[in-house]
Amino acid sequence: MRVKKFILADIQKIAETEVDFQRAYKYRINVCCSSGCIPLGALNLLKTFEKLIKEQDVAEECLVARTGCVGTCSAGPVVVVESGGYIYQNVTPEKAKKIVIDHIVLGLPVKSLLYESKVFLKKQHRLVLRNAGKIDPYRIEDYIATGGYSALVKCLTRKSPQEVIDEIRISGLRGRGGAGFPTARKWSFVARDHRSPKYIIANLDEGDPGVFANRTLAEADPHALIEGLLIAGYAIGAEKAFIYTRAEYPLAIDILEKAIKKSEELNILGKNVLGTTLNFDVELRLGAGAFVAGEETAIIASVEGRRAMPRPRPPYPATSGLWGKPTVIQNVETLANIPLIIQNGGTWFSKIGTPKCTGTKCFSLTGKINNPGLIEVPMGIPLREVIFDIGRGIPDNRKLKAALIGGPSGGCLPDILLDSSIDYESLETVGAIMGSGGIVVIDDQSCIIDTAKFFIDFCVSESCGKCTPCRVGLLKIKEILEKIIQGNGRIEDVELLSKLSTFISETSLCGLGQTAPNPVLTTLRYFKKEYLEHLYENFCTANKCFKKKEILRIG
Amino acid sequence: MDDEPIELIIDGIQVSAVHDATILEVAKQYGIYIPTLCDLEGLTSFSGCRLCLVEIRGSPKLYPACTTPVTSGMEIITNSEKLKEYRKICLSLLLSERTHVCSVCIANNNCELQDLSNKLGVDHVSFERNWTKHTIDSGHDFLVIDRNRCILCTRCIRVCQEIEGAHTLDLKNRGKDSQITIDFDALWGDSCSCTACRKCAKVCPTGAIYIEDELISKTKDKNVVSFLLKRRMYK
Repeated sequence: MRVKKFILADIQKIAETEVDFQRAYKYRINVCCSSGCIPLGALNLLKTFEKLIKEQDVAEECLVARTGCVGTCSAGPVVVVESGGYIYQNVTPEKAKKIVIDHIVLGLPVKSLLYESKVFLKKQHRLVLRNAGKIDPYRIEDYIATGGYSALVKCLTRKSPQEVIDEIRISGLRGRGGAGFPTARKWSFVARDHRSPKYIIANLDEGDPGVFANRTLAEADPHALIEGLLIAGYAIGAEKAFIYTRAEYPLAIDILEKAIKKSEELNILGKNVLGTTLNFDVELRLGAGAFVAGEETAIIASVEGRRAMPRPRPPYPATSGLWGKPTVIQNVETLANIPLIIQNGGTWFSKIGTPKCTGTKCFSLTGKINNPGLIEVPMGIPLREVIFDIGRGIPDNRKLKAALIGGPSGGCLPDILLDSSIDYESLETVGAIMGSGGIVVIDDQSCIIDTAKFFIDFCVSESCGKCTPCRVGLLKIKEILEKIIQGNGRIEDVELLSKLSTFISETSLCGLGQTAPNPVLTTLRYFKKEYLEHLYENFCTANKCFKKKEILRIG
Repeated sequence: MDDEPIELIIDGIQVSAVHDATILEVAKQYGIYIPTLCDLEGLTSFSGCRLCLVEIRGSPKLYPACTTPVTSGMEIITNSEKLKEYRKICLSLLLSERTHVCSVCIANNNCELQDLSNKLGVDHVSFERNWTKHTIDSGHDFLVIDRNRCILCTRCIRVCQEIEGAHTLDLKNRGKDSQITIDFDALWGDSCSCTACRKCAKVCPTGAIYIEDELISKTKDKNVVSFLLKRRMYK
């Protein structure tokens, strides 16, 4: 049998067929089957719904689909009934029956089970997460029906590689991995290089505690990532891309593997993509789970099969990357933005966010917050709105003590700084970083020194051990903090901490060491009083420290 | 154009350099001292010890001299007060990381870590010291590794891989637990890839790898790499 070769026009056909197919159904039940909801029984729920619609004899007007993350992770398992976007929270098989009978059969939404989603969704601007919770990640047709791969078709038919880069430049898109380097500039470095082969690496190695934005994105919308890679490959002249992810993300790996396979079947990946002259392959590479492997030179080492240790730059990956060849390394969130920019134009994108930081950013909201989950907000939104409006504040009406933004190497910001806007520059001036997009909320039950120690602990165990400041310096910081917590601190420790932290951030080899002391530096800056209280008065506002000493006194 | 020499300034001295040269190489040529520990002529640069950091005027960052290539018009400062202070902290950190007690160390008086500490004025260690209990492997006929004295400069790994071509030694674990490992975590006596060439002992800057029953002053030979490369007519 001759294998059908798909060409550009087929994308349109697939989209039309799929839209017709979906239009035949009046309702669509989307069951969130992401890493957050599966442990709560989402897969079981999916089967229950499939059984229920057959039992109730509504299978012809109702479609049950598994989807990626809806974003309201605290309310899981989450089920969304379309059309209308009714989000049902904490769904159990019993509640599922009620939903099917009331909502699908009778057409009356079950108000008591609905999730209060108005504020949660209103303040957000879901671009990258546009399909999260709406499409089935295992079905490429679902993605194509929402306009997927049309940006690729547009590039291949109407845009030269240079025009693609220009469009990205107009959009002002900056790398979402943390440093915020302009994407178009990165691409044009490599596009100008005439050596071949060239490579692209999609960075899906997110190792920070409390951060799950990239994983969720890959689980919810894998084809957006593949399309982003394809467009990037077309723009810079690369024919091979690697998606570097961690072995701890089994669901994301499974979804990506199947997405790549399906794309190859449809001739979207492989030789002569959709009948054009473009050749493009995507390969999945699994890391063994090291935080440092998210650093770009360490990724290169790991993809090449070596120990994930960073090396000094220059030479930058753009000139000497994978196997010494020009390489573009891009965070998956950046790549998922690309198809949208091509579809809607760079000018459209540049109007979202602030003039210097365009677009949106995904954040994982965790810690002491009423409404943890995955959110996407326009750049420039004040932190306060994120925590108190979208996150609905602190549980038990407690006081917010600090918000740690940017993962373990971010900064602890006090309440007074919550009005600072979320963009690369503002965050840097207050001592935090965008990082991979984690916001951890800390309430007044936590001791700030203990919190700083927790994050330093993480960096100590994740340091690769290559350079002295990061390997030994962080260990010493940890020891000093431990001493203060146990009540054995010395007055001069505060000075030593700040000296050592500055030393580490200035002398470390890679981003891990350079940003790791941030929690200590920012807590010293904004919460110095607590350090002094610990040292002078043996007093901890949260009553967490000196426990050992007390036990000794009683005994 | 690539053949034209590059003009730059190091510590106020006007120097010229060839293309692709690193700051360290140029400084060495002109007799300007930059302290190093992990760097060894003839091996690839590692840039791990961070002692050779220098300032470049106009940039807030610090650059490792061993890997940063020179560019025209650079103005490099190698010995500012800040750098001196940072080098001292760096050495103190190394000294406090593992069990470094000079008086009972085989490499006493023949140790680069000790020499540098003397030279840069590290007369005490202000950090609490970690008395590590890493393993010592003396199972080989004459080679001994004491991981408590290791500063993870990886010279032994690089010489084993790049000069001897055996790749017996490598790193295992990460962070503070990083250790030099032999083959796949074997004992040295059982190693099937080790050629017993002794180069690792020759280049080790401390007393971590040494040869049993041999004076360490006789073992140590920092120039072995450049000597061999010259004999092999690489440079």
